[in-house]
Formats: sequence, C-alpha cells, structure tokens
Amino acid sequence: MSQATPRKPRLATVWLAGCSGCHMSFLDLDEWLLELADRAEIVYSPVGSDIKTYPKDVDIALVEGGVANTDNLELLHQVRANTRTLVSFGDCAITANIPGMRNLLRGSDPVLRRAYLELADGSGQLPHAPGIVPELLERVLPVHELVPVEVYLPGCPPPADRIRAALEPLLRGELPHLSGADQIRFG
Amino acid sequence: MSACLRLCTAASCRSRGATELLEHCRKALASDQAQLRVKEVGCLGPCSDGPLLAIDPTDRLLSLQEVNGSDLETSLAEALQRGNDATGLKQWQPSGSRELSPDEPFLNLQRRLVLGRCGVVDPESLADALAAGAWQQLPRVLEQNDPPAVIEIVRRSGLRGRGGAGYPTGLKWATVAAMPGSQKVVVCNADEGDPGAFMDRTLMEGDPHTLLEGMAIAAFAVGAQQGFIYVRAEYPLAIERLRTAISAAEQQGWLGRGIGGSGFSFEIELRVGAGAYVCGEETALIHSIEGRRGVPRPRPPYPAEHGVFGLPTLINNVETFGNIPALLELGVEAYGTGTKVFSLTGHVQRSGVLEVPMGTSLRTIVETMGGGAPQGRQIKAVQTGGPSGGCVPASALDSPVDYDSLKALGTIMGSGGMVVLDDTTNMVDIAAFFIAFSREESCGKCIPCRSGTVQLEMLLRKLLERRGQVADLEQLEALCHTVADASLCGLGQSAPKPVLSTLRHFRGDYLALLPAAEVQR
Amino acid sequence: MSVCTLRINDHDLAVPLGTTLLQAARQAGIHIPTLCFLEGLSAVAACRLCLVELEGSDRLMAACVTAAAEGMRVHTDTPRLREIRRTVIELLFTEGNHVCAVCVANGHCELQNLAVEVGMDHSRLPYRFPQRGVDLSHAQYGLDHNRCILCTRCVRVCDEVEGAHVWDVGWRGEHCQIISGLGEPWGDVNACTHCGKCVEVCPTGALFHKTDTSEEKQGHPERLQALMHARTHQQWNP
Repeated sequence: MSQATPRKPRLATVWLAGCSGCHMSFLDLDEWLLELADRAEIVYSPVGSDIKTYPKDVDIALVEGGVANTDNLELLHQVRANTRTLVSFGDCAITANIPGMRNLLRGSDPVLRRAYLELADGSGQLPHAPGIVPELLERVLPVHELVPVEVYLPGCPPPADRIRAALEPLLRGELPHLSGADQIRFG
Repeated sequence: MSACLRLCTAASCRSRGATELLEHCRKALASDQAQLRVKEVGCLGPCSDGPLLAIDPTDRLLSLQEVNGSDLETSLAEALQRGNDATGLKQWQPSGSRELSPDEPFLNLQRRLVLGRCGVVDPESLADALAAGAWQQLPRVLEQNDPPAVIEIVRRSGLRGRGGAGYPTGLKWATVAAMPGSQKVVVCNADEGDPGAFMDRTLMEGDPHTLLEGMAIAAFAVGAQQGFIYVRAEYPLAIERLRTAISAAEQQGWLGRGIGGSGFSFEIELRVGAGAYVCGEETALIHSIEGRRGVPRPRPPYPAEHGVFGLPTLINNVETFGNIPALLELGVEAYGTGTKVFSLTGHVQRSGVLEVPMGTSLRTIVETMGGGAPQGRQIKAVQTGGPSGGCVPASALDSPVDYDSLKALGTIMGSGGMVVLDDTTNMVDIAAFFIAFSREESCGKCIPCRSGTVQLEMLLRKLLERRGQVADLEQLEALCHTVADASLCGLGQSAPKPVLSTLRHFRGDYLALLPAAEVQR
Repeated sequence: MSVCTLRINDHDLAVPLGTTLLQAARQAGIHIPTLCFLEGLSAVAACRLCLVELEGSDRLMAACVTAAAEGMRVHTDTPRLREIRRTVIELLFTEGNHVCAVCVANGHCELQNLAVEVGMDHSRLPYRFPQRGVDLSHAQYGLDHNRCILCTRCVRVCDEVEGAHVWDVGWRGEHCQIISGLGEPWGDVNACTHCGKCVEVCPTGALFHKTDTSEEKQGHPERLQALMHARTHQQWNP
C-alpha cells in the first residue's frame, strides 16, 4: 500500500549576464519561498545555495541573463547537459536585453576599448587576465540561440507572481502554459 | 536583296568589340564604288559566338570572335576587289572567323514572330524598318476603325502576358477598354530586371518600332491617348534607340496627334527607372511614373481601374506588345500558339536569345539548341523565372515550356530568363543567390519581405557554412511559406520560390550540409 | 444605401457597400490585430497583421483595405494566420533594437502588446542587432530609429493631417528608415510645425517627448480621431 515518497524536484537558479534583478524578483516570492523550499530541493542558486559547481540530475533550472562571456557559455553548457527543464528566466536570457545593447558596437574589442579607453579617466588600459577574468564573447546572445530551452519566462524582471505561475506546474512535473500580459509581457 | 553586311552592335556583341569592327568595315567600304554597305543591327541570336556578322543576300552568318579588326578590314577590301556584290562575299572568310551553318539548331528551330525584324533592320532607321514591314498593321487597324475587333483577335489568339504572370492579354485589354472615361494610359513595362534575362532589351535594341507599333495598336484598341515606356537605366542603348525611334515615328506621323489622318492620337514618353527591381511590379511602376517612391500598393484597385495618375491603365511588357503586329499580320490561325522569347545563359555551350514556338520542350532549348552542358559535365537544373521562379531538375527536361507545365514543376515561365546549371552547382548556393537578390531589392514597405528575406538568407548562409541543423531546415521552410503568404506584392510573395523549388527537387543538396548524425535521426 | 451580407467567423453581418473587412469586424466586436493601420489615416496594408482568410481563395487579404462583398466568408483567426502574425511580430522585434526595459513606451507600446497577443514569449528567429541612430536635434521631440517599425503612421499623419510632409521613408529594404526633410536632422527641417502629431500616433517609443523617461510615453491616437471627427463634421466644441 505504501508508496515510496516521490523524490522532490531538484531546482537550480543560474545567473549569467544580467543585473540579478530576476533573482531579486525571485526573492520577492516572500513566504512562498518557504513552501518552495519544502516542495523542492534547491541544489544550486546564487541566492539559495552555497554549492559552487553545477550538480547533476537537476529537474528545473531558472537561467537568468544573456550569454556574454566564456564563463557564461561554459556554465550554460553544464546546465543544459545536467538539467531536464531549462527555463529562460527574464528578458536578458530571452532577448539579450540590456547586456545585448553592447552588440551595437559590433564585437568585444570595440566594447572594451569604449569602456576602458575612450570613456576612461586618465590612462586606461584594457583588462587582460587569462584564466582569471573571462573573455567577452563577440556578441551577447539569448540562451535559446545557443542551447534548447523548454520554458520562457519573460519580463524585466518577471514579477514574483509570474515566477510562481511558472514554477507551480513545473513542481508538479508539468510544463506551464503562460499567456496574457500578466505572464509573458517583455519589459 | 542588295548586298549588305549586317553587324550586330547590340549590347552583347558591342561588349565584345563590335563597334570597333564596325569602324574597320566602314573603312574597307569607304572606297567601294558599289552599294555594298554595312549596317548596324540588333541581336542575331547566338550571343556567345558574337560579335556576329550576317551577309546579305548569301544567308551566311559569321562569328567574328577571333577576328582582328585590321585583318577584317584588309580581307574585306580584298574581297570587294574580287567583286563587290554577292559573288565577292560568297567565299569571303576573314581569318579567325567561323561560319555558323543555317542548319544550326540554335537558328533553324526558332520561330521569329516578335524578333522577326530584329537583326534584320537597322534599329536607328525608320526607313529600314518600314521597308521590312514595320508600321503596316496600325494603318490597317485605323482604317477598319473597330477597336473591339482588335481586342477580339488578341483574346482569340490566347496571348498571355509575357512579363511573368501570364495574365490573358485580351482580357486585360477588354477590361481597360470597358472602363469609363475618355482619358486612358498604356504603359510598357520595360523594367526587365531578372538576373540572366535580356529578352526585352534585345527587342528594344534591335527593333524598337515593333514595340512602338504594338503599343499604338493597344492604345487604339483600349482608347488611350498617353503612353509610357518604363525602361531601366541599366539599358542605355535601348533607351537611346527608343528615343530615336519615337522621334522618327512622330516625324512620320505614326505617333502624335491625328495618326495616319485619323482622329486617333497617341504619344509615348520614356520614363527611365533608377535601378529598383521592384519598379517592375506594376503598382510600384505606376508610382514611379508619377514621380513618387516606387513601392507597391495592395490591389485592388487594379491598374485597369486606377492606374497612372488615377486613370485606367493598360500595362503589358515589351514582348507582349511585340507580339501584336505579328499577330495582326498573320491572323489568329497562322499565329497559332505563338512563341516565347528566351535568353539562354549559364552552363551551356551556346547562349543567347532565341524565340521558339510555345510548348517547345526544355530539352530542345537547352540541349539541342544550346548544345547542353560544357564538355564533360551534365545539366543539373534549369532556372527559369528569375528570383520569382524556380529550378527545373534535369529529369523534367522533356516538359514543354508553357505557363501551366512550368507552374506544375514549382517554377514559372517568368519573363524568359533561362539559366542552365551543371552538376558542379550546389543548389543551396543558387537559392542563397536569389534570396540575396530579393533581400537587396526589397522595397521595405511590408515586413515579411523586408525582414523575412534577410532571415531567409541568414538561414541559408548558416546551412552553407555547415552550422545548420535539421531544425534550421524546418524553420527555413516555415519562413518561406510565411513570406510567400504574407508579403504585400508579387515580388515578396514569390521571393521564397527559389528556395522552395530547390528544397523540392534538390533536397539532397540541403541535407548534405547538415551533420550526418542529425540527418539520420 | 446598398448593403452586403457576409460572414466573419461565426457572425453573419450586413454592412454598407464599401465597408472594409476591418471596419465590419470591429463593428461586430471581432478583434483583428493591426499595427500600421490607424483610424483617421489612409490604410497602407504594410504590417500584414490584419491579413484574413477568405473561403474559396488561397490568397490572404489585408482586412484594412479589402472591401466587404456579398457572400464573403471571412476567417480572422486560423492557425495559418496565427503563425503569420507571430512571425511578423518576431520579424519586427529582431530587425530593430527593442529593449522594452529601458524604453519610454514600456507598458504603453502597441508592439509590446501585440507580442503578448500573438503569444510571443521568445523569438524563434535570431536577433540582428542593427546599427541605427537617434535624432535628438528637435527641441521638444526625439526619434530613436532603434525602436522604429516603419509603420509610416508619422509619415501619413504629417502628410495627410498636418499637411507639412516632414517625414518620408528613405532607402530601401532592410536599410529603410524614416527621414525628416531631405534626410536632414529633424531640428533643421523648417517645414516642421512642432505639432507633435507624429509623436502621438507612433505605436512604439520611436518618437517621443524629450522629457519622457522610461515607461512615461503614452501615445494618443484618440486625439487624431477627435480631430478628424471635428474636421469631418465641423464640430469643434464637443
């Protein structure tokens, strides 16, 4: 009669090139976070876990931010390889958004020159620390232009209600069907 | 017929030095006491053998491709000393020249109705055109004074628009004729812009009077007084010869007020396009004639109802008007199914302009007449209809060239550009070439064409750079359908056709660009 | 007045001859998305969002310029049309630089709303990040080409309503952009009457009041409609 208690879904949140506003909005879930902590196992998150390496066998990952540098890219591939349902979390992940505005300068070198030389006070210099500071990619890209994505959660940031509307079905093992201005509006 | 040298100085032969050869011929003939003359004519057909020289009345056609100008001058002068009539020229063979047999299929399988006088008459001489039969149908029509009868002949002939869409010409004329109002306009669309198409240029450069007469007859039939020829700026020689022809026809009273002593007046103005392919689309063309930005607008209203300056307007292309004098001269029975002019180019042994009976098979045109692919290669496909058309695979070469057969194959007759592609061709490259063309030529008014063509080219480049996956192929196909369904004008609607037709007939070329593991899945 | 009867989706309608399908649908409370169309201006059928299907024809028709005809059977919301509308919105987003988060029109933008309407939670087509400029030469207003979707409402309102013809479209294809005067900075164009109608009808944040910061711009197409009504009916004091 007794059935093994189903394993709790393993949840991760990931922060790529974004302002962390999506994560702040995630924290705005307030007391529902307690319920979430009860219903899911938080296995990786800049705001909910101290684990530094992305674990295996993750059920749900909320990925905030565009893909702007080599670290972002490497982490994204780890996430994709070890995650069942990848949620593109917020406008930066979905459209490149604000980080993507540097794409108008056409390449990483012009961006660095603009930031560290042209706009610098006094004698600026280009940052160069291989292995320590990750290299910029030529273009900031949305997550789904690099790896397959299962769920899109737009917004800058997505409001807490919207995040919850996506997470509720995901925790039940279903894909959310988001629609309407409350759930999929950009900005 | 008196002895005469006819040297083609139309664009293609001119680009191969025909004007220099002309000077040498003139010098050789300067001392000629008899009447042997050299005249400039339009296209003689097999452009790849040009410059071409025809000799009257011996029925000889010489390729002067390897002929040195001064050698030609010397040998011509010597031939004249042997006898300055046909006898002297019978055996004349300047060194380096090559004689083309009149039994050459490229020549003897043609039926020249539209191009009947092209290559025969001096396009700058009205007298020459008149002597060859120009401006004989208009007076007959004026004398009979029965416009509906003219339209009825056009309708019964089954003539369809030669510009691409194939709309029944008689029906179009009848629609414009039935429109109320005393002011109407006839427009000749001479904005021939398909890559590899030069049929209309050939007629305008070689025999402009046939076009003018066809337009005048149309104007009489539909009740128009004002005519425009919208010709692209890239055709300076055609423009020059049209100007000359219009002014000569005006002086002779074939254009202008009270033509042939009748109450019929018709004036033709040239409008020179500024390099936009989209101005070949009729509503964009109308805007451009009016001096506005050349962008299409939705139809209806059709030009027949609301055309140039809001007046009922008949728009046909060059070749369509070019058919009219021959049709009226022959009558519906003898005209039969008519002809189609093609410009044959690409990977083919003999290229140039040819006019064949409607329904001639593609194989006859590209293999028999064009000589097939270059040595050691096979024909892979024939592209027809330009950026709005598609590719016919070699397996379908026995299809007759007519509107419906080509449509069934996923392409169109188009205006007559025919580009032969051999087995060294990657068809995805061809699709990308045409999409790039449409992207460049999109007017930008509607979003599916303006931006859809850019995304289509990006997808094709992704495939060609071997970065593509099966999903990209699916997206390519879906986007093609959206651009085709949603674009405002015919150019956008047909822009994806080169992709769709190559996907249909040459899917293997696309699959070969995908990772092998992906394809097997 | 002659009337024709037609069916749009499940609604049987009778409308005066000359009524467009868009007008007929709106009268019947049937929503058809539009973007370049604006009541009070001529219709140009450029955005293709209002395409509808007619039974018996494979060719889609723009509802804003297609006249209702007797016996027409119209469908405004089929899978084919939904796919086209979503793709059109994706094409608009990817050809410009639409960063809603920092846009003056955020929250009041017709393009943003249409993205919601067509269910665009992401673009299936890649973003192009074109290089476009911003014209801040006018004393009161600005033009950000990054946000322009070339609907030409500004061109039409200036030409047809204000009569100044400050705006037009320059270049072609993907290089098209709205130009002022003969391609001069807006502030240098003497023909501009500073009336602001172009800003009011702009569906996105492309034309804006310089004092507006993000989320502060609201378009006012209803002012145009009030003006056109007043002109047509000579009623200036409603």
